[in-house]
Amino acid sequence: MNTLLEVSGISVSFDGFKAINNLSIQIGEAEMRAIIGPNGAGKTTFMDIVTGKTKPQEGYVIWGEKSVSLLDMNESQIAQAGIGRKFQKPTVFEEQTVRENITMALKNPRSPLDLLFNRAAKDTEDRVRAISDDIGLTDALGQLSGALSHGQKQWLEIGMLLAQDPRLLLVDEPAAGMSAAEREQTTDILVRAAKTRAVVVVEHDMEFVRRLKCKVTVLHQGSVLAEGSLDHVTKNQDVIDVYLGR
Amino acid sequence: MERTFIVKNPSVLWFLLGLSVFTIVVTISSESAGSSVISTSLLKTLGKTLCLCLVAIAMDVVWGYCGILSLGHFAFFGIGGYAIGMWLMYDRTKDIIVGSLDNNILPPTPDEVTTAIGTQIFGVVGSSEFPLIWAFSHSLTLQLLAVVLVPGLMALVFGWLAFRSRVTGVYLSILTQAMTLALSLYLFQNDTGLRGNNGLSGLQNIPGLDAVSQATLSLWFFWASAVALGAGYVFFAWMLAGKFGSVIRAIRDDETRVRFLGYHVETYKLFIFTTTAMIASIAGALYYPQAGIINPAEIAPIASIYLAVWVAIGGRGRLYGAVIGAVLVSLTSSWFTGGNAPDINLSIYIVKWTDWWLVLLGLTFVGVTLFFPKGVGGLFDLASSRRKKQQ
Repeated sequence: MNTLLEVSGISVSFDGFKAINNLSIQIGEAEMRAIIGPNGAGKTTFMDIVTGKTKPQEGYVIWGEKSVSLLDMNESQIAQAGIGRKFQKPTVFEEQTVRENITMALKNPRSPLDLLFNRAAKDTEDRVRAISDDIGLTDALGQLSGALSHGQKQWLEIGMLLAQDPRLLLVDEPAAGMSAAEREQTTDILVRAAKTRAVVVVEHDMEFVRRLKCKVTVLHQGSVLAEGSLDHVTKNQDVIDVYLGR
Repeated sequence: MERTFIVKNPSVLWFLLGLSVFTIVVTISSESAGSSVISTSLLKTLGKTLCLCLVAIAMDVVWGYCGILSLGHFAFFGIGGYAIGMWLMYDRTKDIIVGSLDNNILPPTPDEVTTAIGTQIFGVVGSSEFPLIWAFSHSLTLQLLAVVLVPGLMALVFGWLAFRSRVTGVYLSILTQAMTLALSLYLFQNDTGLRGNNGLSGLQNIPGLDAVSQATLSLWFFWASAVALGAGYVFFAWMLAGKFGSVIRAIRDDETRVRFLGYHVETYKLFIFTTTAMIASIAGALYYPQAGIINPAEIAPIASIYLAVWVAIGGRGRLYGAVIGAVLVSLTSSWFTGGNAPDINLSIYIVKWTDWWLVLLGLTFVGVTLFFPKGVGGLFDLASSRRKKQQ
């Protein structure tokens, strides 16, 4: 499998606290990967680095077959290069409709002049529908997204990620605060997405990770503690000590 | 496409209708139509109010839609006034000088004419030399270009520096206040070349139109202001409809998220900041010939704060809200400060509205912000949701 994202030897410290310590992770194309770890293990900081929000003090982040460095790019350039991110707290634009939210995310030219003068792309409605069917929100297209339930907002945000048509999806705690039925649907959406692109899920919930049936990376104090199938890492003594043992 | 734009934005049609009716009514009741209902000075006030509405919708776009609380947009309004004022003053002074020198036996040399014009204009600040800044004042075309380009360029440079460093929120507001204060202090100086605190005056006299009465001129300017307001309204409504408007409102609500969607937020902010600065300047260029005079006090920081107050009272994030706010506040303000409001005698203290109006305005602002965050325009929402319920 080709490597899509290669993070090697990165370190970040905030006021002396090492959030990430010589971390290396490789993500392949069309791979599903779960990243788990206790609070403060550096999961969110890892996503911040990949998406350009935080710059590491050491190390490399290499992207795609042309091996470009993501460290020289800003947030919007990285997003356009094909990395989408879903935040822990659902952040949709509550005062706009579901349709407007998805339309904004659709992969299209993104300069002000493009938006002003190339308005009537004919396939827009079809593409919006394809996404909304996938996340089960077609009936809510005309609703203000602020009026959606918590679970629906999470799906809308995943839908917005899919609309960007990224090659790598970074998803932060997608199942937080969801009911059992909602979790199941979220799993389905993510597994479907991982057929055509790489999906990295950061999650606390072991049950949810088990359902994803994928390779798991365990982080602890900013570096990789163990990697492999869920059964493999849960038998690892280090993992049991720092995480599961508690 | 045109049809869907109107269908999706019915307020545009209503606004244009209202503006047209208002313009026709005012025209019929003006002095040049033989009526005495609206005096020429009232007509000027109405024309000026339309210009204030235009700068208010520009403010609404930059603040209410894009979330940039600029407290410096009145500076751009003033620059427009100065730019057109320079041509008005130069050309009219030239006409007068050339007319008076015609009686001489020897025809004056061009140098003599220039010096005479310079003495006439800059005598008040003890100079007769034309400063570099007046280099294009002989040409109406170039000064009209300056109305658009100078504030555009200023906003571009200022905005680029501020947005690139990700200055947002209250810090940006303070920066914009500093910008308008600096500009006003700079213009107050005599050696700046724009006549210091005297400002530019006599702007109500249009060169070459001496034969036209002020009543007629005022009506023309009123029409021009109405057309500019209508065009500005349609332009902004068009701009904000559709995906562009979606992204602008999204930036207001959560700009970090918009960045992760792959939009270059700074470019969008710069686009909005610059466009609205140019429209504000056009409004100023129409306002000051009706006011007759512009001086640096016009662009003092408080003026830009007023602008924000109008938009807040009228209702942010809707174009007609800005118009309502500008009309309501600027007209009541001139009523109160004009000495028309009756004093209130409290036996121990007499409330003079010329002094107390600002307090009343301040209280209104606080009240609106606390209890009606959507402003007067929010009442339309209440009315339309009630109508929907009844159906």
